Amino acid sequence: MASDAALVDAHAEVGALPDIGRREAGGWLVPAAAAVALAALPLVVSPYAQDLIVRIAIYAIFALSLELLVGATGLVSLGHAAFLGIGAYVTVLASGDSGASLALLVPLAMGGAAAYAIVVGALILRTRGVYFIMVTLAFAQMAYFVVHDTKAGGGSDGIFLYAKPTLAIGAQTLLDLGQRLPLYYTVLVMLVLTYAFIALLLGSRFGHALAGIRVNEQRMRAAGFSTTPYKLAAFVVAGALAGLAGLLLAVKDGAVNPELLSWHESGAVLLMLIFGGIGSLRGAVLGAVAFTLLKELFQSEALLGSLASHWQLTLGLTIIAFVAALPRGLIGLGARVRDLARGRAAGASP
Amino acid sequence: MSTATFLVQCLNAVQYGLLLFLVASGLTLIFGIMGVINLAHGSFYMLGAYLAFALAPWFGDWFLTRLVVGVALAAIFGYLLEWVFFSFLYERDHLQQVLLTYALILVFEELRSLAVGNDVHGVAAPGWLAGGFHLGGLMEYPWYRVFASAACLVVALALYAVVNRTRLGMMIRAGASNRDMVRGLGVDIRRLYRIVFAGGVALAALAGMIAAPLSSVYPGMGSSVLIICFVVVVIGGIGSITGALVASLLVGFVDTFGKVFFAEWSGVGVYVLMAVVLVWRPEGLMKRGF
Repeated sequence: MASDAALVDAHAEVGALPDIGRREAGGWLVPAAAAVALAALPLVVSPYAQDLIVRIAIYAIFALSLELLVGATGLVSLGHAAFLGIGAYVTVLASGDSGASLALLVPLAMGGAAAYAIVVGALILRTRGVYFIMVTLAFAQMAYFVVHDTKAGGGSDGIFLYAKPTLAIGAQTLLDLGQRLPLYYTVLVMLVLTYAFIALLLGSRFGHALAGIRVNEQRMRAAGFSTTPYKLAAFVVAGALAGLAGLLLAVKDGAVNPELLSWHESGAVLLMLIFGGIGSLRGAVLGAVAFTLLKELFQSEALLGSLASHWQLTLGLTIIAFVAALPRGLIGLGARVRDLARGRAAGASP
Repeated sequence: MSTATFLVQCLNAVQYGLLLFLVASGLTLIFGIMGVINLAHGSFYMLGAYLAFALAPWFGDWFLTRLVVGVALAAIFGYLLEWVFFSFLYERDHLQQVLLTYALILVFEELRSLAVGNDVHGVAAPGWLAGGFHLGGLMEYPWYRVFASAACLVVALALYAVVNRTRLGMMIRAGASNRDMVRGLGVDIRRLYRIVFAGGVALAALAGMIAAPLSSVYPGMGSSVLIICFVVVVIGGIGSITGALVASLLVGFVDTFGKVFFAEWSGVGVYVLMAVVLVWRPEGLMKRGF
């Protein structure tokens, strides 16, 4: 049972690092309470706020999918937007003029993204570190050029989604995502499912193997784990979940354009993770909330006046200040404050 | 394809490849020596192009003087930027470097928009390089492109000489192969970093200044160059200048001829090239060879 011993070893070492498998305060209670609160919200908030929540929830799914790579496996990908974009484009292209069933679109969008992830993953998982960052970026850019330059991709203007997907049994329509509330609850359910799925995955033997790879891949290999299949599996699952986020985004916006696959989008989702705090699923969700709200704030002319048209400047400076001051993210804020307080107390005493 | 067209496309490919080399060599050096992944490197190319545009009214037809002044300004800028920003990145992990330099791109783009606006500007080629030479039939190849290739070639040779023949170059090579050892031997590593960074910025800016009359000057011009340069660095092998040169020329040819033969799919060509190289040699063509 050499391999199990390696898992135990790896797990013991993880203690010092942000450990994604660690039980967080409140266990399941906090996420569950948040989900219930979100489910009740449409009763009290405006349609604008509902739209914003839907956008945030979609980005939270996207961020969670990347967390599986960055936080759990230690693979920093700067090309994750490719999978989001592929999911979105597959959704629009498969819907055509007459629309399609959600039962068909979900496997298609996730499958399309997963297929690209298998090809790319098989090529790039031989590289590591900074190479991995550059190569993921380059392959995402390749997907970008395919939708940007070819006729099937609709060029730089993108494509409209003329008919929103539905879910029907026989003649009875159960769900019409063209309407606000069904979309809201569908996105919410998808977010809960994604969160629960990744949490279960990380708690499983597979998740522990990923943690081992993150901490010391050499050692995992020495202990008899063939690490590449594990990494490839994580890469493909992350791609498929990003494809799901892409489907939802295409349905919400009613259109797709190549910017979905751009590296700005890939950078933005990495930012969400670091805003929230790497190594925590809650951090990923929190980061999606913080980033989307921050962008909304900086683009709001009502609040910031003429500065709103230069939102990239304010956003950029905020990111620099944030990453410099809070490298462990919002989740690590409590610990950071405690450290500072302790440091001051220690400094005050002679 | 006639011989003349073929010849023109070859010249274009070489010219584009050499231009890429100027940007990619700085990128690969900065990574190889300081271990910093710099997404903002494309912004220095943009800086150069906008410097060419901004300095044009001051220097008129004194084109070479303009280049020298622009490069000097860019080097000073790079020196200061390393001091106030990049020197804080070395101890951080790659993820944080990615995010901080990503934020830097946003800041640079917005500052550019505040300073010059979002219009596309043309920059005139100098009068003494107007026109072109005849290449059989009606084909004419502009002198300015010849000048661009020649200038890039001269800079590439100078870079090669500096890295391989001078004391500074010796420290650079040593720093790339074992940073800690160089530090242990008493080399002022912080000064070396500052010089290499300033040099990288100057090279990228020079490429931007040379490219300005060819491609005009437009918002976001740094991003596209940056990503192609990543491809170049990955193909060539991180930290290798010779690798960057070979890879730049390869990318130049694949891109130029891709546009000729497969117009619609031309954007994909260089990435396919990269995929092939990755399968063949995951660490790039030259692993730390200079």
